[in-house]
Amino acid sequence: MEKNNSNNIIELRNISRVFEDGFAAVDGFNLEVKKGEFVTFLGPSGCGKTTTLRMIAGFEIPTSGEILLDGREISKLPPNKRPINTVFQRYALFPHLNIFDNIAFGLKLKKLPNQEIVKKVKRVLEMVDLEGFEKRKVSTLSGGQQQRIAIARALVNEPEILLLDEPLGALDLKMRKEMQLELKNMHEKLGITFIYVTHDQEEALTMSDKIVVMSEGKIQQIGTPEDIYNEPKNAFVADFIGDSNIFNGIMTGKLRVRFCGAEFECLDDVAEGTKIDAVVRPEDVVITTPDKGAIKGVVTSVIFKGIHYEITVQSGKNEIVIQSTKSAKTGEEVGLNIEPDGIHIMVSETAMNHIEAGLNKSYELDIFDGELDFNITDVLAGSKLVDNVLVDASGNEIDPDKLKIILSVLPEDIEMSDEEDAGIVNGHIINLIYKGDHYSYVVRTDDEEDFIVDDEDLWNMDDRVSLMIPQDKIKYSIKK
Amino acid sequence: MKGLRFSRKQLGIPYALFLICFVVAPLFVIIYYAFTNGEGQFTLANFTGFFTNPNTLGTLCYSFALAVVTTCVCLLLAYPIGYILAKSNLKKKGVIVMIFVLPMWINFTLRITALKEILTMIEGNLAYHPFLNSVIGMTYDFLPFMILPLYTTMLKLDNSLLEAANDLGANAVQTFFKVTLPLTIPGIISGVVMVFLPSMTNYVVLDMLYNSTYIMGSLIGSYFSAYNWHGGSMIALILLVIILIFTLCTNRFEDDDAKNRGGALL
Repeated sequence: MEKNNSNNIIELRNISRVFEDGFAAVDGFNLEVKKGEFVTFLGPSGCGKTTTLRMIAGFEIPTSGEILLDGREISKLPPNKRPINTVFQRYALFPHLNIFDNIAFGLKLKKLPNQEIVKKVKRVLEMVDLEGFEKRKVSTLSGGQQQRIAIARALVNEPEILLLDEPLGALDLKMRKEMQLELKNMHEKLGITFIYVTHDQEEALTMSDKIVVMSEGKIQQIGTPEDIYNEPKNAFVADFIGDSNIFNGIMTGKLRVRFCGAEFECLDDVAEGTKIDAVVRPEDVVITTPDKGAIKGVVTSVIFKGIHYEITVQSGKNEIVIQSTKSAKTGEEVGLNIEPDGIHIMVSETAMNHIEAGLNKSYELDIFDGELDFNITDVLAGSKLVDNVLVDASGNEIDPDKLKIILSVLPEDIEMSDEEDAGIVNGHIINLIYKGDHYSYVVRTDDEEDFIVDDEDLWNMDDRVSLMIPQDKIKYSIKK
Repeated sequence: MKGLRFSRKQLGIPYALFLICFVVAPLFVIIYYAFTNGEGQFTLANFTGFFTNPNTLGTLCYSFALAVVTTCVCLLLAYPIGYILAKSNLKKKGVIVMIFVLPMWINFTLRITALKEILTMIEGNLAYHPFLNSVIGMTYDFLPFMILPLYTTMLKLDNSLLEAANDLGANAVQTFFKVTLPLTIPGIISGVVMVFLPSMTNYVVLDMLYNSTYIMGSLIGSYFSAYNWHGGSMIALILLVIILIFTLCTNRFEDDDAKNRGGALL
C-alpha cells in the first residue's frame, strides 16, 4: 500500500455533498487529521457535521472532492472496505443478537478463530467495564450500558479511525460527563484517531485536540479548544462557543478600539477606522465603582448560578452580561472595566446586503415583483432610452439580458414586520446574534436570498417576517 | 349522565356473546359430533376412519402440498416487493402499496373468473395443469396478505442497523442474511400464517379453476352434503388441530423481543 510521508491519517480535500434537491449539506470542506488526534465537528443541527462524518464512514459519497486515508483515495470505497468504524447516534445494536454476538459481529465476518474472538470480546468488555455481559440481551441494558457496548463493538475491530456520531446525546447529564472522561481516557490509552460529532460546545471543549466549528455546510474555524474559545474567528463562532458579549465597534488607533461608548486598549492589531465586532467573555468584565469604570451602567438583573453570579448591566443602549463571584444589587450604578486581553477583535463580516437582480425587457428589476422605482438611466452613466430601447453614450443598443444590477442596503436600514404585506419581500429568520445594543438577524427570503437585518427588538428563530426596505436607502450599481 | 357510563368490561359483552354463540358453542357441537356415531354413542371410529382411509389421507397430503407451495411462492414474490417498497425513497409509497392491495377490493368471483380466462388462453385447457392453476389462483388471491405484514415489518426496520452491519464489514449479501432476514422474521411468520391457513381450506378457487381434486375444505363439504355429520366434524376437528400445531410452531420461532415489536398473529 502506498504510504504518504506526512503523518496525516485522513485528509478531506474540497469535499462537497449536494443532495438531489440542490441543498448543499457540505460545501468545500478541507481538513487534515493527524494519526491519534481527537477531532470534533461542532455545530448546530443541520450544519453538515453528520453528513461529513457519514462521508468518512462511506455511507455517503461526496459530490466532489477527495478523501485520502493514508494518502489513498477512498471516497468511493464502500463502508465494509474501510478500516473505519462508527459508533451510531442511537447505538444501532442488533436486537436479535446477544451482547457477545453484537460485539463479535465484525470479528466473525473476518473469519477469526473462535478462541480469539472470545478473548477479544472479553478484553473489550473489560475495557468498557461490562465484564460478564456476554450472554445478556440488548433490551435488558440501560442506555449508558448500550452506549458502552456500541463503543466496544466498534473498537474490537481495531479500526484506524473511530467515528462517533453524537454518541452521548441520549444520556443524562451525569452519565454524559462520566462517559466524556472515559472516552477521553480510552482515546489516550488506545492511540486510535477519534472523529467526534456533537452540537454540545462544552463536550467539544472538554474532549478534543482539535475542533472544527461548522455552520451551514462550511467550516467556520479549525483550532484547538483554547484557540476557538479565546480567538473566535467570527461572530458565529464567538456566539456558538460559550457565553459572550458581542459589540459593534470601530478601531480608533493602533491597538485602540471603541465600543459601548468607551475606548479600550486591545491586543489585536487592526487598521484604524475598521469596523469590527468586539467579543468580550462575561468572565472578563470587571465590576468596579462608577467613577473607576470605563463603562458606566445600571445593574438590571442578578442571577445566582452556583459557582458565580450572572449580572446584567445596562449601559446606554448596550446590554452587558458579566460573570462574577461577587454579587451586585439590582438598580445599583456600577462601573465596568475590561483588560486588553479580555477583548477579542473580529473584523466585521459583510455588513452590507448585496442583492443581484436582472432586468426585464422594459428595463424593470425582476425582483420584488417589480415594486421598486428603478430607473436604469440613473445607474448606467450616459445611457438613455430611445423609443423604449436602451442605448449607451455612443448610441449602441444594450441588451437588458446581459445587465445585472446590484442592490446594496445597510442592515440597519431594513425594518421587519410580522404583517405579510407590510414589506417588499417575506422570509423567515434563520440566525440571530445579540450584539450588545441590537440583534443581528439573517432573514432568508422565499427566493432563498439571505438578508442581514439589524433590529433592536427580539424576534425568534424561524419567525416569519416581512422586510421593509425604504427605497431611498437602496444603492444601485452595475455588476461588472 | 351517570346511567350512560360503561365500564370497559361491559363494552366487551357484545363480542363475548358473539363468541359464545358462533365460535365456542359450534366448536363443542363439532367435538360432540366428531366423537359420536349416528346413535349418539361415544366412538373413535371417525378418527381411526380418517387415518386408515387412503382417500382422506391423500386429500390431507394434497391440501398440505398446495398450501406449502402457495405460501412459498407468495413469500418469494412478496419479500423483495415489500423490501423495495419499504426502503425506497418514493414519496407516493402509499399509492404503490395500494396498487398491490387493490385486487382485494375487486369481487373475488370476478377476479378468479378473469384469471380463469387468462389461464385458458395460455394453456388451452385448464385440465392439463390443475395443481399449477390452483397455486396461481391462490397466490393471486392471497398475495396481498403476504405483502402487507412484510411491508410493515420492513418499514420498522431501522436503517442504521443495516449501516452498522455494513460498517462492521458485512457486504450487501451478508447484511441481508445476518440482519435484514432475522429482523423481518415476525413479518414472514404473520404472512405465512395468513396465507397458509386459507390455502389449506379454500376450495372455491379450485372449484372455479376446474380442479376437481378434493382438498380439506371440499372434503368436509362432501361429507356434510352426504349428511355424514360425524365424519365431517372429525375432519374439521383434525384440520383445526393441524392448524393449531402449525401456529404454535411458528410462534416458537419468535423471541420475546420480536413479539414486542408486533407483527405476530398469536
